[in-house]
Amino acid sequence: MRPLKTLQKLYDEESQVVITEKGSPPRALFYGEGFLQEDLPVGTRVIFPRPPMAGVPNVKAAIRWAINHPEGMEPLHALLKPGMRLTCVIDDISVPLPPMVTPDVRQSILEVVLELAADSGVDDIHLVIANALHRRMTEGEMRRMVGQKIFDEFYPDRYYNHDAEDPDGIVALERTSHGEEVSVNRRVAESDLIVYVNVNFVPMNGGHKSMGTGVSNYASLRHHHNPKTIRASDSYMEPKASALYRSNERIGRNIDKHLKVFHIETSLNNRMFGGPTDFLAKKEEDYTEGDRLKFQAMRYALSKMPRAAARKVLSAVPAPYEVTGVYAGATEPTHQKTLETSWKQYVVPVEGQSDIVIFPIPFISPYSVNSILNPLLVQVMGLGYFFNLNRGVPLVKKGGVLILLHPAYDEFDPEHHPSYIEFFNRLLPETRDSMKLEHKYEKEFAENPSYVHLYRKGNAYHGVHPFYMWYWGENGRQHVGKVIVAGAENNHVPALLGWDRTDTLTEAIEEARGFMGRSATISLLRIAPTVMVDVK
Amino acid sequence: MPPQKAAFFDVDGTLVKTNVVHVYAYYAMNRGSVLGIAGRTLSTALSVPLFGVMDALDRKTFNEFFYRYYAGLSEDRLITIAEDMFEDVLQPALFEQSQDLIDQARRSGCKVVLVTGALDFTMRPLARHLGADDLIANKMQFVGGKATGKVIPPIIEGANKANAIRAYCVKENLSLDKCHGYSDSASDYAMLAVVGRPTAVNPDLRLRSIARAYNWPILDLK
Repeated sequence: MRPLKTLQKLYDEESQVVITEKGSPPRALFYGEGFLQEDLPVGTRVIFPRPPMAGVPNVKAAIRWAINHPEGMEPLHALLKPGMRLTCVIDDISVPLPPMVTPDVRQSILEVVLELAADSGVDDIHLVIANALHRRMTEGEMRRMVGQKIFDEFYPDRYYNHDAEDPDGIVALERTSHGEEVSVNRRVAESDLIVYVNVNFVPMNGGHKSMGTGVSNYASLRHHHNPKTIRASDSYMEPKASALYRSNERIGRNIDKHLKVFHIETSLNNRMFGGPTDFLAKKEEDYTEGDRLKFQAMRYALSKMPRAAARKVLSAVPAPYEVTGVYAGATEPTHQKTLETSWKQYVVPVEGQSDIVIFPIPFISPYSVNSILNPLLVQVMGLGYFFNLNRGVPLVKKGGVLILLHPAYDEFDPEHHPSYIEFFNRLLPETRDSMKLEHKYEKEFAENPSYVHLYRKGNAYHGVHPFYMWYWGENGRQHVGKVIVAGAENNHVPALLGWDRTDTLTEAIEEARGFMGRSATISLLRIAPTVMVDVK
Repeated sequence: MPPQKAAFFDVDGTLVKTNVVHVYAYYAMNRGSVLGIAGRTLSTALSVPLFGVMDALDRKTFNEFFYRYYAGLSEDRLITIAEDMFEDVLQPALFEQSQDLIDQARRSGCKVVLVTGALDFTMRPLARHLGADDLIANKMQFVGGKATGKVIPPIIEGANKANAIRAYCVKENLSLDKCHGYSDSASDYAMLAVVGRPTAVNPDLRLRSIARAYNWPILDLK
């Protein structure tokens, strides 16, 4: 007979951790552009996201309060001087996911800041998107992010994407104590004041990473976007456990020494689904009859659509995120406040690791907004992002099995991810060793004139970006004993990625149990919305 | 350390919006005498449908046939007119982003080489303007200072472009596998296939489909 304590835990309505029993409902799980409905073995621990925190009642009032009561700096109005050169640096489209309903919080911040700047006699203002080596945002995306009024006033001469390959557009600052190069966008470096407009989607965003990465170039990024740094990071989401964060911190402190940066950071709740899809955030135990019908209808409709159409349908629903906090001021104290709110929303404490962990992979990633989740991005979602959604201790045991749910189709977007295609088809058949890939091919891809051209003039990710995606999965790859992609529609994609494949989740669990033993413990991270685990 | 790789650029349609017909038309229009201008312009105009058919069928035959129209023009005049022709025809037709692409190739450590089926004297001003290190182009045969209308073999076209690139790499001690190739036309398939890093630029339908099949990057120069 189960002790009362265990029973209480199993039936605690507030708990985000549910242990599967005989009568538990099947789980609604993301599977690329579709959904699966799966019964899980009895005993499987299902970890749900926390319910969304309440948003601030008046976002603009919260922004005004934050910039008037900043952390470790004078209020913004005291920093603005007539005739000064002001640059607002803005997070790019990679956050939040999916893009939020308009007005985007970046628009709200800019409306407040630009009005204040105009009142203070500041005319020389540029808006620079901190896309680093990400693709340039399109005109339509840029308009949506800041609203028509700001767009009309600033685009294209004073509202543009950062260009990390502009030979005249980058300034080198002094190196860090570890010899890391520090490069910054010239306009940013030559400004009297920089206002960084951040959206903190996951704890990895913001802080020193904003400037240290967002307006930098390959020469600087290669000091922390490399397999060695990634292997030394236990979690990208926990600053104390991340060598990546520490490198960005050194670079960011150097930037703060030379430039005056006023950060405005915002945290969002996890209300990822609104309107007709809001039931997706619920536990299946709480589904109403209507929710079940909606889910079945949506699952059926998406399964019958061509994949591109399903992608369009899913991308067409913006997320009704709400702002849970606005913080402003100097880099570190501001970011500390943001992190606290972020963890409060995302972190679910769980007892112990599992032998087998299941990650459903949705249709979107930070690098595939309005594009395709290609095999390398499936890899980065599983072994990079989801594996790292913890505070230093991964959910899966060392040598355990990760099961990813995704069709693993062999599709790439040649406009956004041209260098990914070559990386996947030419390099991965030769080696999956990150160190070898870095040593032998990284520079060649980074300097390939075609890829540089596509990054600068088109809407392509930088030539080196697929390497970063591969490195991003490095600590996950080093940690797990096996990856199985359940529902993969072909053999060659999993094979090239070094994974096993099965047709169904049940088969994947059987194979994983064969690898880990019949008594292997199983956890499912019921994502999305976003959830992070704090493994005790 | 000297460069170990090169970027080979086709010219017509890749870096400039023109083709050999535009260049020849300029020469025809600058024949020197009213009768000459009229004669050459008229005969060129009348031959346009023929050019179109031949170009579509076989670029090599087209070039061989086409260069006959230069017969009788003097060498010094051809060279002199080339400078004006560059300013009047080629420079305005350069894609704005061509120079960026070439500069990027140089920054990545490549020698910049233009490979074209056009005649060398017509392309030299362009090569100088773009800062190219070398030019692989067709050479007109001159006898007694007059063009014979024949090109000194091998004609730089189709598979011969690939041969010329290979020979250039051997001569310059470059690694063919590390070299880049840029072209707009499926007729340059051999040139693109011989280098390790091919790229289709503003490709025609056939080349676009080849590039998609082989996962070559596709650039749309503007």
